[in-house]
Amino acid sequence: MDESQREQYWRTNLRLMTALLSVWFIVSFGFSILLVEQLNKIVVLGFPLGFWFAQQGSIITFVILIAIYVWRMDRLDDDYGVSDRGPTDVNR
Amino acid sequence: MDPIFLWTLIFVVLTFSLYIYIAYRSRVSDTEGFYVAGHGVPAIANGAAVGADWMSAASFISLAGIVAFSGYGGSVFLMGWTGGYVLLALLLAPYLRKFGKYTVPDFVGDRYSETARLVAAIAAIFVSLTYVAGQMRGVGIVFSRFLGLGIVGGVILGMVVVFFYAVLGGMKGITWTQVAQYSVLIVAYLIPAVAIAFTLSGNPIPQIGFGEIAQELNGVQADLGFAEYTAAFTDPSRNLLNMILITAALMIGTAGLPHVIVRFYTTKTVRDARASAFWALFFIALLYTTAPAIAVFAKSNFIDDVNNVAVDQLPQWVSDWQDAELITINDKNGDGIITYSPGEADDPESANEITPDRDIMVLANPQIAGLPAPVVGLVAAGGLAAALSTASGLMLVISSSVAHDFYYKRLRPDASEDQQLRVARITMGFAILVAGYFGVNPPGFVAQVVAFAFGLAAATFFPVIVLGIFWKRTNAAGATAGMAVGLIFTATYIFATVPADAGALFFGAPRPFDITPEGIGTIGAILNFIVTITVSKMTAPPPQKMMDLIEEVRYPGEAPVTRAH
Repeated sequence: MDESQREQYWRTNLRLMTALLSVWFIVSFGFSILLVEQLNKIVVLGFPLGFWFAQQGSIITFVILIAIYVWRMDRLDDDYGVSDRGPTDVNR
Repeated sequence: MDPIFLWTLIFVVLTFSLYIYIAYRSRVSDTEGFYVAGHGVPAIANGAAVGADWMSAASFISLAGIVAFSGYGGSVFLMGWTGGYVLLALLLAPYLRKFGKYTVPDFVGDRYSETARLVAAIAAIFVSLTYVAGQMRGVGIVFSRFLGLGIVGGVILGMVVVFFYAVLGGMKGITWTQVAQYSVLIVAYLIPAVAIAFTLSGNPIPQIGFGEIAQELNGVQADLGFAEYTAAFTDPSRNLLNMILITAALMIGTAGLPHVIVRFYTTKTVRDARASAFWALFFIALLYTTAPAIAVFAKSNFIDDVNNVAVDQLPQWVSDWQDAELITINDKNGDGIITYSPGEADDPESANEITPDRDIMVLANPQIAGLPAPVVGLVAAGGLAAALSTASGLMLVISSSVAHDFYYKRLRPDASEDQQLRVARITMGFAILVAGYFGVNPPGFVAQVVAFAFGLAAATFFPVIVLGIFWKRTNAAGATAGMAVGLIFTATYIFATVPADAGALFFGAPRPFDITPEGIGTIGAILNFIVTITVSKMTAPPPQKMMDLIEEVRYPGEAPVTRAH
């Protein structure tokens, strides 16, 4: 990897991180706290929506966010040939 | 013989034998095995181990009860204790694994300075000790209620089992026992939840069925004079500002807790470290999305079972928990009928005549819902699994901080493997004794102490580790100043504002903007960030060798940069 590739790899990582953390923030602090009273006026399956985000939706979103991160970073590592698959890996 | 006693005994003997068998199979003979399980734990197994490590007696026994009695306000724990894993997965886990040492102070020490390592080691020991006190207490409660062993006997039995697998197998023994403990605790949590969900809502999936029940509960609570269950910001300590601060403090604190971070050193590769962060939160979410459902079911059943019921016709579970002194009943108006309303049963000003300890909701739940004795026994074994797994993870942090960061890194850098291992095992044994002592003689302020652990972890570790990875310019002076300011500020606020009746060290001073001590770690962390950045900018940049090390940590499979120099 030359210097520009290193920079590209790192910038892609930072961009992915920023996007995922924005969703993390919006769902937990946004939907579940700042906007909870407005969202509570919408009721789905008996759940006031703001309450649902605070006790279910945010947690489910967190799991999905990490899944996306794992998937995209594994691919990014492979694209740049820096995947860490253990001592037997030929790329190492 | 009482069937609940018999089934609890069967499950406890079965699970404890399993843990001891695993411990025997995963003995270790070197420090790498003892501290980080030889960096050889597969991703899914590590995920389950993180789950068990993380989900303590507080998660298993107390969480649903706390949510049941605070409704929407309980969301801070649900979001805070899961959202931290997003920070951990994206900002810390892969980089710390690439860094590949043994402890959290290792990173702080190698990245910054030996002084910083010392501060980090002391904070790690303090955070872990405060945390472990609550765990052994959970063990004691389960034993005294279900096996009549008494708290002392229960705690000693728990200590013996932990001693066996933690001293013999170190991190390796702890990891594989935690995998087993996760399995036990999740089965024990889900079976009664599914059964109760099906009875109450007609839907076996608790996460779906509890919406309708929560709506009914809103009405019931309003009739009894309580705020609606799902309504937001009904309690001043859970107003908008505090909801944000507490949630953030728990998230940042979670990502800064040493016993959770070290688990990511144990995987084989960086790839596995990321994957295990996913598995960890997935396994944790199974319990954390079920807890709010259990909370609603338990609260509805509880009100149904006791409100407007004659004192002499209360169900069996009430008198069982009254015997354990965890339910207070006080028929103040002498009409022979229990009235449930806001306030405390022992407060003459309030009309309320029954106050349950909220910690009993999960343990009492199967009995309240009329589930058979084996389920009650299974839940007891699950509670023990949760408490023991967390306790052992914390003890490993204490042992490695003392044996590795103090003894080896500072006192005796020339100590042999055998000497280091012996010191690690002795400290482990000592940590178990201290934990046992706290289990039998719990400090009167366990709840405040947990707020303390999270606040400190948030205000000391998280900012300097994240900056250390993402901003190469961070230097030793900045990090040391940042940690010191975060630590002192957070500790001072907690000591000053926690009500004086919690203990001699607390003063109950008025709180600016009504900020509760539980949320102050967020401000402490922000201060730490600001101080670290400012001081780093005002002082010389770290040496080139350090910049190269940070560069190397950012690229998972790349050969160490230092080799090229």
